Amino acid sequence: MTDFGATGSHPHELRRGRSLFDLDDRTRRRNRSEGAFRWLGIGAIALSMVFIVILLGTIVARGLPAFTQTTITIEVPLDAAVLDPNGTGDPEVIRSVLTFGYAPLIERGLAGTVAATGVETELTSSQLPQLLSPGVAATLRDMVAADPSLVGQTVQVEALASGRADGYLKGRVTRESLARDTNLSPAHLDVLDALVEQDLARRAFNWDFILGADASESRPEEAGIGVAMIGSFYMMLTVLLLALPIGVAASIYLEEFAPQNRLTDLIEVNISNLAAVPSIVFGILGLAAFIQFAHLPQSAPLVGGLVLTLMTLPTIIISTRAALKAVPPSIRDAALGVGASKMQSVFHHVLPLAMPGILTGLIIGLAQALGETAPLLLIGMVGFIASNPPDGFIDGFVSPNSAMPAQIYEWAKRADPAYYERAWGGIIVLLLFLLVMNVLAVLLRRRFERRW
Amino acid sequence: MSFTKISVSALALAAVATGAAAQDRDNVQIAGSSTVLPYASIVAEAFGENFDFPTPVVESGGSSAGLARFCEGVGPNQIDIANASRPIRENEIETCAANGVEEIIEVRIGYDGIVFASQIDGPAFDAFVPAQWWAALAAEHPMDGGMTANGLSNWSEVNAALEGMGMTDLPELPEAEILAFIPGTRHGTREVFEENVLLQGCEDAGAYDAMIEAGLSEDDAEAACMSVRTDGASVDIDGDYTETLARISSNPNGVGVFGLAFYENNTDSLKVATMSGVEPNTDTIASGEYPVSRPLFFYIKNAHIGVIPGLQEYASFFVSDQLAGPNGPLANYGLVSDPELAATQAAVANRTLMGH
Repeated sequence: MTDFGATGSHPHELRRGRSLFDLDDRTRRRNRSEGAFRWLGIGAIALSMVFIVILLGTIVARGLPAFTQTTITIEVPLDAAVLDPNGTGDPEVIRSVLTFGYAPLIERGLAGTVAATGVETELTSSQLPQLLSPGVAATLRDMVAADPSLVGQTVQVEALASGRADGYLKGRVTRESLARDTNLSPAHLDVLDALVEQDLARRAFNWDFILGADASESRPEEAGIGVAMIGSFYMMLTVLLLALPIGVAASIYLEEFAPQNRLTDLIEVNISNLAAVPSIVFGILGLAAFIQFAHLPQSAPLVGGLVLTLMTLPTIIISTRAALKAVPPSIRDAALGVGASKMQSVFHHVLPLAMPGILTGLIIGLAQALGETAPLLLIGMVGFIASNPPDGFIDGFVSPNSAMPAQIYEWAKRADPAYYERAWGGIIVLLLFLLVMNVLAVLLRRRFERRW
Repeated sequence: MSFTKISVSALALAAVATGAAAQDRDNVQIAGSSTVLPYASIVAEAFGENFDFPTPVVESGGSSAGLARFCEGVGPNQIDIANASRPIRENEIETCAANGVEEIIEVRIGYDGIVFASQIDGPAFDAFVPAQWWAALAAEHPMDGGMTANGLSNWSEVNAALEGMGMTDLPELPEAEILAFIPGTRHGTREVFEENVLLQGCEDAGAYDAMIEAGLSEDDAEAACMSVRTDGASVDIDGDYTETLARISSNPNGVGVFGLAFYENNTDSLKVATMSGVEPNTDTIASGEYPVSRPLFFYIKNAHIGVIPGLQEYASFFVSDQLAGPNGPLANYGLVSDPELAATQAAVANRTLMGH
């Protein structure tokens, strides 16, 4: 207070005789604080950029290896004595040999392949198959089931390398880290090195990761996100087919037709509230309403889609109403003025003009639903589920399936570190989808939005 | 505008899908223990590959959650099988019966070891006895005829405290803050940990007897033995072992409780401690030498057999020698094969019900 009095008593004396370019203390202080604020802002942006770079860098560095996979070419003798002991040639008899019956054949085939490379190893032929995925037996059995005449011949198979052998070629597994491992030994790596030298073991782009189905805990090398992608697709389709008409109809009514009274106020407040409800709550609601009450099947994308519809509806209604509100009243008045009915003015004039805004809101709502895991936990979509693609189009709505984020969550939980790598790879796929959807929303807005 | 068209087709599609949904389920639906999940997924995958039935769906969520869903009732939108890492409880059987699930087949698939592991480069947690875990984690210790809160904060103080209770020949413990990551109460593993480690340790240390002498009833003394301190030295992990692993990776002093199969998949980042001088592996667990192991189960709704295609076949396939035997894929993954597998196979084939 005393300071104020001291400087305030002679303001004119302070100013007099000084150039405007000669800054006084107070101006300098203000300029300084403005400069500091600018730097603070730049710092905040730089910090968030650093975080984004670290985040994306981590995701890409950890996830990219999932997009390649090592295969080992082996020659497997499909011994008739094992597969069809009586020489019947009957497909039924051949089919009765389970995958376990193929294990000794693979053992023999791999031992032969390894012996041909000339590498010396202390491993017995029964230990060697640890290099390969246990899924090779199923691949062979499917081959033979499709063409029983193969029995008795020697076939060449591109066998998937086991998760650890694959990890060695990707640099994730080292000889030291295998020192106490029971699943693979450093001696296997010597054999693998020899196979790589002879070009029998190769790393190639892993289409199965993008298109394939989930695999069990013992076969991370077989796991793919494709079936979960189909699950996500069906859920998005359900959301689109239900949330778009319901959301747009609700918005049009509330915005254009509904009277302004307490009831509509209450509805509006509740729609805003619903948009803020945590998604897990919708999962519990879905479990109670759709599975326990309506008896819809568990683990079905239809139920997942219904739950996500509930979750997305408020977002869509809010953005649609904003888009409708942005259409100037003069358009409605002009339409009504030339004799259009209320409904004609809405559907012929207001709605087409609001469409870009509605679509943007819809796409953002879908993107949000696509990345959602929490509600799916409760309706049975997390676990070993996405193991088979659906049989037909309609079947896809009800046959058990997972979703991309749920699949990533499930992989991250599994014990084998190879699944961890696949979880990061799955994140890349999911992020690409989200990126495409968001870019689409931006483009739609840029292309069609009208400003008045 | 084509909104009427869109809405009509949407409703039509929803109706078709719901109609398809209302028909009976043709895949086996399983939920429960996350310890059993890896084994169940291996079996489900092999089942789908080898037979014409669709691959069963296996969800996780914990033994208690799985059994709770199992007991909700009978019908196509109820699960067929509950996986559990502990036997079903009496009250769960009652809930089941109240909801119409009266006939349950219990199938024991084998044994699982519970191991105590820490960061590979962390303090030398090489050997434990149960009493040390009890002394380090118990909420209260008996003292002079009463109970006092557990004041130990470092593993190096544990042996002195136990020697004060008259124990000798305790394995050396390192100088490290007590920080244990144990399974949360919704895991079946927790129960085994409480009974085979905490209660056992409590009895070994003579604390159980001291509590009885101090006037506690047997039930109260047991409960006191198994109650875990809540001051942050012991952390309940409600998620999966990957969460425990992540916590240990960020806490060099942390010791965690894992399943043997999980440990064997992560030997590059974890080291295991012996319990009572025995190293955990499938041999020592099968022989019963290693003290902390528990049977794993799954429970089948008898009413669903014959209604849900492939249910009986899945159960028989699970316990077949090819899968659950000592050289099968389940044993390779870390399951300790059941020496009485033949009896289990017969029970599944005959659909032997519980309590009959």
